[in-house]
Amino acid sequence: MSEAIQTAKSSKPIASRLSVGELMRSPAMGAFVGMVLVFCIFAAFGYHKNFISIVGFANWMNFASMIGIVAIPVGFLMVAGELDISVGAIMPASAMTLGILCGPYELPLGIGMLITFAMAAVIGCINGILVTRTQVPSFIVTLATLFAVGGLTLTLSVIFVNRPQVAYEAPELAKALLGDRYFGFRASVFWWILLSGILYFILHKSPWGNWIFAVGGDPESARNAGIPVNRLKISLFVLSAVCTAFAGMLQVAAFNSAQSATNFPLIFNTIIACVVGGVVLTGGFGTLIGIFLGTMTLGIVQQGIGYTDIDRNLSQLIIGIMLLAAVLMNGTFQKLATSWSTGKKED
Amino acid sequence: MNDAKTVLELRNVDKSFGPIDVLHKINLSVKAGEVLCLLGDNGAGKSTLIKTMAGVHAPTSGEILMDGKPVSFSGPKAAQEAGIACVHQFGGTFPLMSISRSFFAGVEPTKGWGPFKVFDRKKANEIAVHEVRNFGITRIDDGDRLVGGLSGGERQSLAIARAVYFGARVLILDEPTAALGVKQSAHVLRIVNEAKRRGLAVIFITHQVMHALAVGDHFAVLIRGAIAADFKQGEKTREEIADLMAGGESMADLEAKVGVQA
Ligand SMILES: Nc1ncnc2c1ncn2[C@@H]1O[C@H](COP(=O)(O)OP(=O)(O)OP(=O)(O)O)[C@@H](O)[C@H]1O
Ligand SMILES: [Mg+2]
Repeated sequence: MSEAIQTAKSSKPIASRLSVGELMRSPAMGAFVGMVLVFCIFAAFGYHKNFISIVGFANWMNFASMIGIVAIPVGFLMVAGELDISVGAIMPASAMTLGILCGPYELPLGIGMLITFAMAAVIGCINGILVTRTQVPSFIVTLATLFAVGGLTLTLSVIFVNRPQVAYEAPELAKALLGDRYFGFRASVFWWILLSGILYFILHKSPWGNWIFAVGGDPESARNAGIPVNRLKISLFVLSAVCTAFAGMLQVAAFNSAQSATNFPLIFNTIIACVVGGVVLTGGFGTLIGIFLGTMTLGIVQQGIGYTDIDRNLSQLIIGIMLLAAVLMNGTFQKLATSWSTGKKED
Repeated sequence: MNDAKTVLELRNVDKSFGPIDVLHKINLSVKAGEVLCLLGDNGAGKSTLIKTMAGVHAPTSGEILMDGKPVSFSGPKAAQEAGIACVHQFGGTFPLMSISRSFFAGVEPTKGWGPFKVFDRKKANEIAVHEVRNFGITRIDDGDRLVGGLSGGERQSLAIARAVYFGARVLILDEPTAALGVKQSAHVLRIVNEAKRRGLAVIFITHQVMHALAVGDHFAVLIRGAIAADFKQGEKTREEIADLMAGGESMADLEAKVGVQA
C-alpha cells in the first residue's frame, strides 16, 4: 500500500498522468468502451452482409433515435433518483392523439401537435405531483399511470375511430422535417442529435443540471440547500412526457400511422440505454454522452444482429449480459472515480 | 452579563409530538465565538432540540430569540436564511458530485446571459478550494474532485466551510465525530475551533466527553428532555461530566445522597 503511494508520488509528470486519469475516470468511458467493443464484434460477424455501410449504420441509428429521444429525459429522472416507465403508454397515446386529431378530425398539424404536447405535459405533471406529494416510489406511480394511460388510449381510440390504430399522412413540409429519410437516416436521428445537444447543455453546463445531480445525490441536503426539489422533479416528469410525445409524433410522420398498443419494449430499452450508458440507478450520477452511447450500443445489438448469422433471439441474451456487465462496471468506475481523487496525494 | 453577544436564545421551549412530550422548559443561550456542547444519553432529545432551533420543528410553546428578537421559522430554509446552519453526521454533501459543484449546490455562480447562463466552473472551483483550504484542509487543491473521495472528516469540514461561506452565524453540528476515528475527529474539532475563532456561535452534540472538553466553552446536559445541568468550562471535572452524561438523573441523585450523608 505505502509502496504504491511512494511510486505514485515519485513519478513526476503529473500533468500527463492527470489527463489520462481524467479520461479514465470519465464516467462515459465505460459506455464508450462498451460501444466500441459491441461495434467491433458486430462489424466482424456482419461484415459479409454490409453491416459497415451507410445503410447498415442508418438502420440501427434510426432504431436507436426513437429510444434515444425518450432515454435522455428518462436518464435525467434516474439521475434525480426517480424512474419513469409510463413512457411506454405516453408514446402511443401521443401518436394516437395526433393521428386522430389531424387525420379523421382534420385539424391543422400545428394545432394537433400543440394539443398532443399539452396532453403529454398533463400526464407528466400528474406523475410528478403523485411522486412528490405521496411517498409512493416513482416506479409504482408510473406503473399505475402506464396502465391507466394505456387503457385509456385503447378505449378512446375505439370510441373515436372505431379501431386501435389510425392512418394519417402529414403535409409535405412536416413530413420532410419529421419523417423523411436523408442518406438513409430518418429525420428522427437528426432530432435526437439536436435534442442531445440541448439537453447536454442543461445537464452539464446550466445550474439547473447541478440541481438534478444534487437532488439525486441527497434529496434532504438538496432541499436544505434551497433547491426546489419537488418543482424540479415535476419538471423532469413533464420533460420526459413531452419528449416521449415528440418521439410519438416523429413515428407518425415516418410511418403515416399510429398504433394504440402500449409500447412495453420502450420501457426496457430506455432503462437499458441509461444503465449501459453509466447512469447510476440509485441516482446522483450519469452523463448525457453516456446515455447517448448506451442507446447506440442498444441499437447495434438489436438491429445489427440482422446483419450477422447469429440467431436473432440471441440479441436478448447479449443485452442481458451487457446490462449485467454495465452495472458491475458502473460500480467499479464509481469507486475509481472517487478513489482517484484521494489516491493521488495520500498523507 | 458578558461582553460577547448572545446570538440565539431559547426561553421555556417545550416540544411534544402529539401525546409524547420530548422537550420540557428548555432555557438555553449561545454567544458569538462560543461553543456550546449539548450532552445527553440516547433519546434525551438532543436532536429534537437542535431541529427545533433549525426550523425543522416548531416549538409547541416557548420562544426562540435571535439577537434578542423573537423569531419563528417556517422551515429549515428560513432558519438558514437567518443564519442558522445545520451540518448532519453524513449530510450536506453529495458523494458523486465534484467538490465545487457540491459547495455551490443551489446557489451556483453563473456566467453568460439569458437562457445561456452556464455554471462558472472556474470561479466555483477557485472559491470552493480557497474556502476549504482556509479552514486548514490543505489536502484539497482541485475543485473537480468528487466529494466521495474525501474522508469523513474532510466532508464534515467541507460542509462547515460551506455553511460559513454562505453567512452562517450559528453552526449546529449533530454528532459530527460519531463515525470518525481519532485522527479524523481531531480534524473536525480543529475546524470547530476555527469556526469559533471566526466568531460563530457553535452548538456541538457529542457522546464523547473528550471531544466535548476539547472544544466546549459551555455545556448543557439534557436528561429526558430537560436541562439537567448547565455549566461553563472548568466548572466541573471530566468525571462529573461523564457521570452526568452516562448516569443521568439517578446517578446525580445517588451522588447527592452520598454527599449529604458524608
Ligand atoms: N417525530 C417524532 N415523533 C415522535 N417522537 C419523536 C419524534 N422525534 C423524536 N421523538 C422522540 O423524542 C425522543 C428524543 O429523540 P432525539 O432524537 O431528540 O434523541 P437524541 O438525544 O438525539 O438521541 P441520540 O443520542 O440517540 O441521537 C425519543 O424518545 C424519540 O423517540
Ligand atoms: Mg440524535
